[in-house]
Amino acid sequence: MSTICFPEHPSPVADAEALRKAFQGWGTDEKAVISILGRRNATQRKLIRQAYEDLYQEDLVKRLESELSGDFERAVYRWILDPEDRDAVLLHVAIKKTPVPDYRVIIEISCIHSPEEFLATKRAYQARYKRSLEEDLAQHTSGDIRKFLVGLVGIYRYRGEEITTKLANSEADILHKAITEKAFSHDEVVRIISTRSKAQILATLNHYKDDHGASITKHLRGDPCSDYLSALRTAIRCFTDHEKYYEKVIRQALNRPSTDEESLTRVVVTRAEKDLKEIKQLYQKRNNISLDHAVAKETSGDYNAFLLTLLGKQD
Amino acid sequence: MAASDDVESLARAFSGVGVDEQALISVLGKWHPEQRQHFRKATRDFFVEDERQFERWNDRHILQLRHEFLRLKDAIVAWTMHPWERDARLLKEALYKGPQYNVLIEIACTRSSEELLGARRAYHSLFHHSIEEDVAFHVHTPEKELLVAVLSSYRYEGPKVDEETAKLEAKTLSDVIGKKGLNKEDEDVVIRILSTRSKLHLKAIYKHYKAITGNYLDEDIEGDSRLKETVQCLCTPEKYFSQVLDASLRYNADEISKEALSRVIVTRADADMKQIKEEYHGKYGVSLGKKIEEVANGNYRDFLLTLIARSGE
Repeated sequence: MSTICFPEHPSPVADAEALRKAFQGWGTDEKAVISILGRRNATQRKLIRQAYEDLYQEDLVKRLESELSGDFERAVYRWILDPEDRDAVLLHVAIKKTPVPDYRVIIEISCIHSPEEFLATKRAYQARYKRSLEEDLAQHTSGDIRKFLVGLVGIYRYRGEEITTKLANSEADILHKAITEKAFSHDEVVRIISTRSKAQILATLNHYKDDHGASITKHLRGDPCSDYLSALRTAIRCFTDHEKYYEKVIRQALNRPSTDEESLTRVVVTRAEKDLKEIKQLYQKRNNISLDHAVAKETSGDYNAFLLTLLGKQD
Repeated sequence: MAASDDVESLARAFSGVGVDEQALISVLGKWHPEQRQHFRKATRDFFVEDERQFERWNDRHILQLRHEFLRLKDAIVAWTMHPWERDARLLKEALYKGPQYNVLIEIACTRSSEELLGARRAYHSLFHHSIEEDVAFHVHTPEKELLVAVLSSYRYEGPKVDEETAKLEAKTLSDVIGKKGLNKEDEDVVIRILSTRSKLHLKAIYKHYKAITGNYLDEDIEGDSRLKETVQCLCTPEKYFSQVLDASLRYNADEISKEALSRVIVTRADADMKQIKEEYHGKYGVSLGKKIEEVANGNYRDFLLTLIARSGE
């Protein structure tokens, strides 16, 4: 469920005017920016952007970029974009990351979104970067991880709920055989995880668990631990329980000696209107501290205030 | 006795693609039993002398006749279909009947990004699987990777091309293709470029390749015909289609080649038929319409001619 507390009768024009006021004079009234934008859903934000453009002939996004800075600016920038445009930006940043691309982002977005949402993301990517997601991803990766990711990203998965039990059984066996032979990057493993429908994959993974007593992720460990294996495990986690997956991403982002703001922002911004409430509950259960508290401890300033607002804090 | 002219025209009515309904009706319809017998004895191709003293239809020809009579019906049904359903059904047939992997390449590489996506959607509805998973599951030959890759593509279709990258990739391809045998890494590079780059970018690569090596990229690809077809479909589709049409219109064409005639004309009549006709005329010295008139029969012929006439002279 969404954690955003938006007003019952928002007025995009009033909001645009209030934002304009926040930019005027010395410095910026960040509190105002946070309390307005942090409490509007995607449709409302789009209307505000339109109203601001109509009133002041200026792109609100560009104005925000110039008025704000640091982690706060990055978070607000991602928040104000349309969801598919935001995903395109996140994907591009992930692909271009050095020394290695951030595979998790690519897997999250391609595995958790519905095929139609992901298609919209691909179109937004093409519109923004004048290249396809697939060509950029293929160019910046190589070897097993490329084979896997390009497969995940290219597929237009079947969305139906039907499953073929016989196939689930035989493909669970194929996976088990590959694992016992330590042939983790075998073509068949990539084929099954990257082409089957979500329902079929879940059926296969259940069969695996029934037949072999443990979930497949426990067996997908090699020595040395490769990027490919961890990408495979990530994809499986995203399919089977993405809320649990996101809780782990946030937990790891906050536990690091220096907080991983990029990942923290990504999860909060992309899930705030979807299932951040459930992720918060999982976090509380797992860590005996509320996510709000943990974020307050590990972040500061306007960035902190913005995240807490997205997490549902009332003034 | 049956006039030899009539016998000849009837033999022709049963040959080529499609059947000449008018000839069959006007000649066969009025023949007495003795004339029909004379026809059976006179045409050794269609009939064989059975040991029990009667002229029997050659089984192979009866099967072939079935194909010829169905040609018009299949072309019309395909013509009326939504292009997405048409392509989805063609994909399924290409994968399971034959198989004809060249058709998979043809559809994946000559359709626009949205058209290919539509075909994949229709495939979901019709067959409850994605084409990607079916190809990945059913193909066990080395071409599998290329096939899945091109079928999964969603290419950028805007005007922007990075000429520097295109030049670099043309150089890379010329290095790889020059080698004696392609290893896995080389194959991966070729597939990456061919399955992810935009068509404009690939056409730029084609141009730079010619500038660097003096040869055309598809002509330099020996042996691996799927790879060759992929390059042709992506960079010079009119050339590819006119070659397929030429093969379908030969007198000794097999059934699979003949089916290509309907497929190409029905699927390209509203797309690039004009350019295909120009390319065909330039390459084979005869207009496509003229050749179809020569080789095809009856209503089927008329239907094809009507379709190709839609794109002007």
